[in-house]
Amino acid sequence: MHEMSIALSIAEAVEKRAAAEGAARVSSIELVVGKLSGIEPESLRFCFSAASKGTVAEDAELLIEVREGTARCMECAKEFPVSFYFAECPGCGSLRVSILSGEEFLIQSMTIEEEGD
Amino acid sequence: MCDTCGCSSESGAVLRKPGNAGYHVHIGDGDHVHGHEDQGHEHDHGHDHDGHHHHSHDDRSRKIVMEQDVLLKNNLLAERNRGYFEARNIVALNFLSSPGSGKTSLLEKTIPLLLGDFPVAVIEGDQQTTNDADRIHALGVPVIQVNTGSGCHLDALMVNRALKEMELKDGSLLCIENVGNLVCPAMFDLGEAKKIVVISTTEGDDKPLKYPAMFHEADICVLNKTDLLPYVDFSASRCRQNAMRVNHHLEWFEVSVKTGDGIEALTGRIRQMVKNR
Repeated sequence: MHEMSIALSIAEAVEKRAAAEGAARVSSIELVVGKLSGIEPESLRFCFSAASKGTVAEDAELLIEVREGTARCMECAKEFPVSFYFAECPGCGSLRVSILSGEEFLIQSMTIEEEGD
Repeated sequence: MCDTCGCSSESGAVLRKPGNAGYHVHIGDGDHVHGHEDQGHEHDHGHDHDGHHHHSHDDRSRKIVMEQDVLLKNNLLAERNRGYFEARNIVALNFLSSPGSGKTSLLEKTIPLLLGDFPVAVIEGDQQTTNDADRIHALGVPVIQVNTGSGCHLDALMVNRALKEMELKDGSLLCIENVGNLVCPAMFDLGEAKKIVVISTTEGDDKPLKYPAMFHEADICVLNKTDLLPYVDFSASRCRQNAMRVNHHLEWFEVSVKTGDGIEALTGRIRQMVKNR
């Protein structure tokens, strides 16, 4: 259940920035979650609704972009998609593979509502 | 709620010391220490929320680009811990495994062999009890217990707070025994020099494939309980092969804490790390 402490740190980071921007509330938060990042989007959504209670980000919509994993073979330089850390190069069969993307876990942006006057 | 002082703490994690039943520190933004001479204690409850939102049809929407790593706060604090270790010539090792693979026994076996070369200290992570810290305390080395409460992993803040409660000697080896869990602790940098994952022959030899993130993050893998190999359906070579598929940089050691087999190679490697810091 590390998603709970993750959700709390998202709520904290968003709240801090929202206060600095003078937001009345946060309507949506865009996250980038790589497939290799160890985060379960559904579990994160569930935890975030609890973690954001009573903050400006309560009721904010979580827009989660799941990013595919890609790797490059260190023998033949072929690039290919991966969904796990144990990847075999489809070109030459080597296991010497380095992960290029899929480990990202970012708060990309948020949309805030400012009070009109 | 804290079971020792009855106060409600924002964060569940608590530090404890063996042989000092009254001592405990809550970890969080409003840290407070309880000691024997403690008369009333401070709680920092942070800021209040007024509990209502203003919704208006005239609200203007604005998008703010953040591009911020979610684990930023933990990672920054982990780097601070790392800087502290570097300045004080301390080598910190993060021990990870599922519950029951023998992390504490491994420490009990190796620490006495290393104490002649440099000071050793230990941070113990568990959800509850000081059982593990008591076992390390019996070796006569400084130890602090982090009880994570409902938490499933140690984070950089817990280690940072624990460090402030310890009197670490320069040039020490600091062993951090994480909460027994092969999933969550992989994500949280504590500021350690190396991650050591322990697996035992009573588990499945496909564990590196089932929990790839942990084995991918680790620098060293220790296979424990090799004395049981004749009695269990576990292939050490298959396990090693699986681990290497996930992480081809992984250093591999096979030991039996029970018989002492292979311990010399591991302590030799730890000595080398401390020497080369």
